[in-house]
Amino acid sequence: MTTEAPLTTAPVGGAVKKVTTPAAAAKKKLSSPWASLAAIVIAVLWTVPTFGLLVTSFRPEADIKKTGWWTFFSNPLVTFENYEAVFGAEEGVNLADYFLNSLIITIPSVIIPLFLASLAAYAFAWMNFPGKNLLFIVIFALQIVPLQVTLIPLLTFFVDAGLAGTFWTVWLAHSTFALPLAIYLLHNFIKEVPSSLIEAARIDGAGHVSIFFRVLLPLLTPALAAFGIFQFLWVWNDLLVALTFTGPQISPITVQLSNMTGTRGTAWYLLSAGAFVSMVVPVTVFLLLQRYFVRGLLAGSVKG
Amino acid sequence: MFTTASTTSDKLLQMVAAILLFAAIIGLILFIASRFTGKSDRAVAALYLAPVVVMLSVGLLYPGLRTVYQSFLDASLQNFVGFDNYQRIIEDPEQRLVLRNTFFWVLVTPFAATGIGLLYAILVDKARGEAFAKALIFLPMSISGVAATVIWKFMYEYRPDQSNIKQIGVINQIIVLFGGKPQQLLIDSPLNTFLLIAIMIWIQAGFAMTVLSAAIKAIPDDIVEAARLDGVTPWGMFRFVTVPAIRPALVVVLTTIAIGTLKVFDIVQTMTGGRFDTSVIANEFYSQAIRTGDRGFGAALAVVLFVLVIPIVVYNIRQLRRSEA
Repeated sequence: MTTEAPLTTAPVGGAVKKVTTPAAAAKKKLSSPWASLAAIVIAVLWTVPTFGLLVTSFRPEADIKKTGWWTFFSNPLVTFENYEAVFGAEEGVNLADYFLNSLIITIPSVIIPLFLASLAAYAFAWMNFPGKNLLFIVIFALQIVPLQVTLIPLLTFFVDAGLAGTFWTVWLAHSTFALPLAIYLLHNFIKEVPSSLIEAARIDGAGHVSIFFRVLLPLLTPALAAFGIFQFLWVWNDLLVALTFTGPQISPITVQLSNMTGTRGTAWYLLSAGAFVSMVVPVTVFLLLQRYFVRGLLAGSVKG
Repeated sequence: MFTTASTTSDKLLQMVAAILLFAAIIGLILFIASRFTGKSDRAVAALYLAPVVVMLSVGLLYPGLRTVYQSFLDASLQNFVGFDNYQRIIEDPEQRLVLRNTFFWVLVTPFAATGIGLLYAILVDKARGEAFAKALIFLPMSISGVAATVIWKFMYEYRPDQSNIKQIGVINQIIVLFGGKPQQLLIDSPLNTFLLIAIMIWIQAGFAMTVLSAAIKAIPDDIVEAARLDGVTPWGMFRFVTVPAIRPALVVVLTTIAIGTLKVFDIVQTMTGGRFDTSVIANEFYSQAIRTGDRGFGAALAVVLFVLVIPIVVYNIRQLRRSEA
């Protein structure tokens, strides 16, 4: 299954072995300047769009409207007014509120599935009960269900339960959608723990509860981190679930940014600053926790 | 606690309450579990699995089955309409366009993103500053589809073709530099769909590069040395050593991107909202089911989406089985 790849290809970007790979051999024989040029062209193509908008977000509104961002280098005028505008009330954007909503939506949506999935993964890995394999396969298979398939009945359900328009809709939806992947990932990890460790604890008279807390939880940290970071970014970056369930008071920053492209589509001074405000969190996470991030991302790539 | 929070302190309080509630549930489960010592695992396992089974049944399994049922109902989910919704997806010219666009997306994105990712992985392999070079390509993967779309909307920005008006979008500026007329890039179909696809490629290439780079580094040295002693050309090395060795990773990357692309929503929603003939199934689902309120038809679109995902997953599993055998 696709999700097995990360567990074998995990240590990406880590220590590079000093051996020749076929790719390196192929590259060496290609005339090296051309290879470097091609790499640089791709790198520039991939960076310019973001860079252009970043520069734009620091240019005065009047300049943004009249000239391209590249003229900044012949006429460098830096202002923070665009950022002040998206946080201020005058423009009606109020990104600070939506930023807070994003945090409020995201934190429980990470913590809740992490705890529930750890318990379930432990049961699957170290307990015997009838129907275990079947139940595990069903949960595993649920990973590929597109979210769209669940949204209309869930919307009705939340209305009937009186939860419509509250944070509970997104918390419950995101937590539920996260479970199959979380259980699968954590189960794989728990399985790797040597059974002698568990047996030793059992002989010492430890029950399932203390084995879980004293033996497994400390060992699980890397897997919890990988999944936690993946889920954090998935929820932070989500648009579909948020648009479906949240009203104006509790919607996250992605919804507000998406709305701005419709209502303030030409207000580039607001859009550019707004986009970067929404990117601050994921990019920071990416830069600081790159290793866990890549691992979690590869594992969760079929989700949703 | 279960109402709409409006002030900052209300919101924070509700968040803490939610976390505490779930912590209490888990505490209760663990407390009860600690009463059962020794003997059978069954009772403890049932306790540990109960919350997960309840949530998945109520939040995923049941809604999924219900959506299949609703896809045979009308807009208000009152009357049974047989296969009318599905017939509309196939016969309505507007929906055919949606299917055509989805087909373009799924056909182009995986191969383009994987091709670029593979090329880049080979080019920067063992190069100085490899980690930095990779981070540049990978970064788009970490931001939201909405932010990525805003970034590219600015690339595609159009200003009318008048002597006193300058272009502010990069693409139109380049067109003008080469003596062309600026284009309303996001209006002309089907060009606009391909411009939206470019954003997805921009996002996904980093994913392809990361997985393939790891696979390349895992190729055993002796194979490479043997090939070199046989005097294999660089192209031969790529064609007969690298590609066969990383074949399983290639399949994973292609199918994963294809599945992600099938479900693409935020790019289309943010860039055009599906206007100018750019809609795809996932976006059409949202406009029909949530925005317009045609629930039955939306359900049918969701089912089609699910049905389209299945063959890709099956192909993926069969390829992996074969490579393991």
